[in-house]
Amino acid sequence: MNNWALRESATFDRTTIAAIQRAAETGIYDIRGWGAKRPLPHLDDLLFLGASMSRYPLEGYRERCGTDVVLGDRFAKFPLHLDIPVTIAGMSFGALSGPAKEALGRGASEVGTSTTTGDGGMTPEERGQSKYLVYQYLPSRYGMNPTDLRKADAIEVVLGQGAKPGGGGMLLGQKISERVAGMRTLPEGIDQRSACRHPDWTGPDDLTIKINELREITDWEKPIYVKVGATRTYYDVKLAVHAGADVVVVDGMQGGTAATQEVFIEHVGIPTLAAIPQAVQALAELGVHRKVQLIVSGGIRTGADVAKALALGADAVAIGTAALIALGDNHPRYAAEYEKLGSAAGFFDDFQDGADPAGISTQDPELAARFDPVEGGRRLANYLRVLTMEAQTIARACGKAHVCHLEPEDLVAVTIEAAAMARVPLAGTDWIPGQ
Amino acid sequence: MEQITAFDLRTSPLREVNTALHAPGLSGEFVISHPDGAHNVAVGVDAPVKVTVEGHVGYYAAGMNQHAQITINGNAGTGVAENMMSGTVWVKGNASQSAGATAHGGLLVIEGDAAARCGISMKGVDIVVGGDVGHMSAFMAQAGRLVIRGNAGEALGDSIYEARLYVRGHIASLGADCVAKEMRSEHHKELEYLLKAAGFEGDDTAAYTRYGSARNLYHFHIDNVSSY
Repeated sequence: MNNWALRESATFDRTTIAAIQRAAETGIYDIRGWGAKRPLPHLDDLLFLGASMSRYPLEGYRERCGTDVVLGDRFAKFPLHLDIPVTIAGMSFGALSGPAKEALGRGASEVGTSTTTGDGGMTPEERGQSKYLVYQYLPSRYGMNPTDLRKADAIEVVLGQGAKPGGGGMLLGQKISERVAGMRTLPEGIDQRSACRHPDWTGPDDLTIKINELREITDWEKPIYVKVGATRTYYDVKLAVHAGADVVVVDGMQGGTAATQEVFIEHVGIPTLAAIPQAVQALAELGVHRKVQLIVSGGIRTGADVAKALALGADAVAIGTAALIALGDNHPRYAAEYEKLGSAAGFFDDFQDGADPAGISTQDPELAARFDPVEGGRRLANYLRVLTMEAQTIARACGKAHVCHLEPEDLVAVTIEAAAMARVPLAGTDWIPGQ
Repeated sequence: MEQITAFDLRTSPLREVNTALHAPGLSGEFVISHPDGAHNVAVGVDAPVKVTVEGHVGYYAAGMNQHAQITINGNAGTGVAENMMSGTVWVKGNASQSAGATAHGGLLVIEGDAAARCGISMKGVDIVVGGDVGHMSAFMAQAGRLVIRGNAGEALGDSIYEARLYVRGHIASLGADCVAKEMRSEHHKELEYLLKAAGFEGDDTAAYTRYGSARNLYHFHIDNVSSY
């Protein structure tokens, strides 16, 4: 735009105008993938205080900095012992192609971490390629069966996700292929909703019984996670612990989705940064911090994000959107095709349409065939290694012999909002707003 | 004659009983006495065995059953036979809410009444209820058959997919996208088979009405906005 006299409205900016025009034309809310796109206080607003005189750093390469984590040793006979504290979040076969799910398993297994099923059940490709597979137990129970439950390494009872706390799933007809429909016991090609509440329990007391049922069915072998979308995190985490969770997963509002209403993604939930201290406070007050493990997800992109989440008290993180990008989502090599779809490399979020040029969020056999699960798995493993090495670099600089030794004392905030949410001092001060 | 193994839940912990019922290559008959409303009794059984529970059970009795014939000589709490895959679960008394929730296969018989959400999200199971069912029964029911010999509460079959419902009595109201459908000869035959399997062969199938999906909500559309 060359006319400098034009002033764009901050209230009615071009994105807003386009949204109103789209609503007026179609009469239906906008459904898209990805997570919240609005600016939010995030882990970027925190900085580490590296060691100097008052702290003693560790030598890179020479001095060991551990990265392993044990998940689920509260009640389960066989907790997971992962080599790195970065896991792959639940994403369904249906939302993603079979080869994409396989690649997630390959990449995660190569670096000794877990991957997670999603709505729609477990595929043999995914189970076969995943050293550690977490089986999601969702309200829809699509594809849920006890045989697969017993094949899982852990069970994740999903109450919600950060992109849509309080909402159910959605998979539009374009992606309901014969195989997806068959796994979900639904007619092919219909728009499919997943319930937002579990069909056979309602409150935390019921959840206690449900968790016990899952334990009884699997002979108390498998860790049971409870996943919540970040909202009233302090209370939700307390209730999850009371219900008997081995691991609590908290997904902030930057967490991704395959198909959700835009209004839901952008306006429901709280940022990951705000959720972590609430969760840690709840665990600490119950005396179970580090005993009931905390996995945090929603906008984890770098080793710095990993290190900051751990420093705030998480035991591990989960990545979803970043894992898809590592596989090849939004890659510039598909720029021309993204443009044909009315999008652009770096902006593509129409995961619901199933027309993904990268062959990841699709059930179209031709598009899915573009994606090589071996190559995708290698890329994901590379990325996971980078995240881990970056987190180790920071941990060593803070004098920690294990990434899980990072602590809030290592952090400061660069904004007042982040200081208040993360409960760490504003940089250069000893001021934590609200404390 | 097959051996009958007896468990007494007053003296044996539930975990021990369920573990015994999960033994590889399990066969024979089992009797569980004094359940006293315990939750999660006989869950996750995966063998062609007979299990009889002598008394009332709490939540999720016979949950995720595969192949077993499980009889409950009493009432059942929430979620009896939830996510059953195959086999038979027979409740001699009444069942609380969410009976047969998300079940994929097998037969669930409730001789008495079933409370709210009977057959919620059912995925292929057959359910026969001797008496009435509560509100929101067969909510989002995907596949399978639900036979109700008595009355149904409000919002029967709300957002139903391809499950077939047969009701003899009065229906308080139908849920979104659930409509009455013609009883063709194959439906009479199907109903007759289900009634017989549940021990109600004396019923006249002509006294039943079939309900199923109008399929108007299968694709998101502004015309259906009041249902979203």
